[in-house]
Amino acid sequence: MVTSTRVEPAGSGYAQWPAMLVPGAQLSEVMASEAMLRRFLSGLPGVDQVGTELRAGALSTRSIKSDAKLWALDMAVRMVDLTTLEGADTDGKVMSLCAKARRPDPANPSVPAVAAVCVYPDLVAVAKDSLAGSTVQVAAVATAFPSGRAGRQVKLADVRWALEAGADEIDMVIDRGAFLSGRYNMVLDEIRAVREVCGAAHLKVILETGELETYDNVKRAAWLAMLGGADFVKTSTGKVSPAATLPVALVMLEAVRDFHEVTGRRVGVKVAGGIRKAKDALRYLVLVNETVGEAWLDPSGFRFGASSLLNDLLMQWTKQQLHCYVRPDDFSQE
Amino acid sequence: MYDERIGVRKTYKLAIGGQFLRSESGRTYVVPDSSGTFSANAALASRKDVRDAVVAARTAYRGWAGTTAYNRGQVLYRVAEMLEDRYLQFGEAVSAGEGSDEVKARANVTMAVDRLVWYAGWADKMAQVAGSANPVASPYFNFSIPQPVGVVGVIAPQRSSLFGLISVLAPVIVTGNTAVVLASEERPLAAITLAEVLATSDLPAGVVNMLTGRISEVVPVLAAHRDVDALDLCGVPADLAAGIEEIAAGSVKRVLRSRGAEPDWSEPPTPRRMLSFVEIKTVWHPIGV
Repeated sequence: MVTSTRVEPAGSGYAQWPAMLVPGAQLSEVMASEAMLRRFLSGLPGVDQVGTELRAGALSTRSIKSDAKLWALDMAVRMVDLTTLEGADTDGKVMSLCAKARRPDPANPSVPAVAAVCVYPDLVAVAKDSLAGSTVQVAAVATAFPSGRAGRQVKLADVRWALEAGADEIDMVIDRGAFLSGRYNMVLDEIRAVREVCGAAHLKVILETGELETYDNVKRAAWLAMLGGADFVKTSTGKVSPAATLPVALVMLEAVRDFHEVTGRRVGVKVAGGIRKAKDALRYLVLVNETVGEAWLDPSGFRFGASSLLNDLLMQWTKQQLHCYVRPDDFSQE
Repeated sequence: MYDERIGVRKTYKLAIGGQFLRSESGRTYVVPDSSGTFSANAALASRKDVRDAVVAARTAYRGWAGTTAYNRGQVLYRVAEMLEDRYLQFGEAVSAGEGSDEVKARANVTMAVDRLVWYAGWADKMAQVAGSANPVASPYFNFSIPQPVGVVGVIAPQRSSLFGLISVLAPVIVTGNTAVVLASEERPLAAITLAEVLATSDLPAGVVNMLTGRISEVVPVLAAHRDVDALDLCGVPADLAAGIEEIAAGSVKRVLRSRGAEPDWSEPPTPRRMLSFVEIKTVWHPIGV
């Protein structure tokens, strides 16, 4: 049974969390010491694994048809971070990707541009050139993506390099090794350092949930990222399986909702990896609407990191308009 | 042990991508035998089953078109072997569905086997007969070869449920096309049993996808589907044919039109059906002057 009412936190307790978990402390104060931070993070209410999976599963059975479907497809296209993160990427590939980002379906001018193009830092300049004059942002993965195994200075240099080349958005990875061994302060420091270097640039923090083992860890990592100043929390690099899943997205959306409750700051969520079908994308949109509400149904609140998803969205779009099934080869595979 | 054994009834399913599935819609329809009494429930395919079947056929296409012609011939010959092996079973099915006596029905099955062998032989001869080396007045070696068109929708003959079906299906797949077949609406059972034979005959999954259901529901979807390259309208009744052709024109499909009354399948076959579903590719290969 699915109800359309949002699950609200019990009472108004959320705003009192910091003080409850670390007596007398404000949220800013929980970051004062390693011990306070650990106490705060481990004191976050646990995630009900069964309930979370049940809810994500139940919401994924919603059927979105006709006008609502067209609206959702339009929204999903505008939320796409068109991504290519391969060792074999070339200037040419990035240029054709950018052309697709500007005008996803050349045959249908009503299809909007995507949100951003996501590339490695060395290809930012190429992407920036190709996207000049469009609304499409350039996102760069930085901080020794995807493993994050490099010294702090190297990571920060990576970010600076991407920014100097013109990146509008930075996708950083957290140090999962440090997180899993409980050195939360180290993770937090690193996020704050990157945040500082980023300045006005949009910062997305990749949690790599496939390596975090439990939903509780996902929740803690999301809080860490938000405390560190993330504009977005992102599920995965796309290089580790499992990547984005509905329950993980639900846990992150709930963390974002709680954080908003406590601080009033709106943090976005980006799901990445393994989302290939329009149907999957629509399921995420339902999840967003039911968890954090309509305010997040915007490219500033939710994003899809994907490459092949875009074509399926276009195919569904065309199918809705022509009322017949379409041919995958009619859409550019780049 | 038992006075009267309760028979185990077979569930007739759709064959999509090498799997036997119920219709996505969960629907079935009653198939009577030739005397009008209940014989079985068959799956009633929906437009989403058509969609899935086309995806399966498209996925299988690259591999099937890429196998050598010799190999495709061998696979078809293997199908003939399997069919021959089960001719009693098919004789019974044809007899029940079409109302002919069993002797006649068995003869019908052996003719179907022979027809398969006939088409199997064509696999590696098509290029020689339909292709050519063309004289041109410039330094090129110019040659033309027949190539499969892609995914073909086949609406099987309504009366001859096995022999007719094989006579339209074999010419489509032998040249490297993959097929989405809608079996005879009133006599679909032999077709599903044939799909079970195909599944165990070295034919790659998805090369033949067998649907059972209503012409009026399935065929318009198939005709409008942009990833279907050609249609064989053999089994479409005359009053529906024009409408279907009009829909097919929307995506410029090749259409082999229905000729009204069902042909006499025992007539000696010609390469016409095979040639309807190939495209001639001409290559200009530079040669030294």
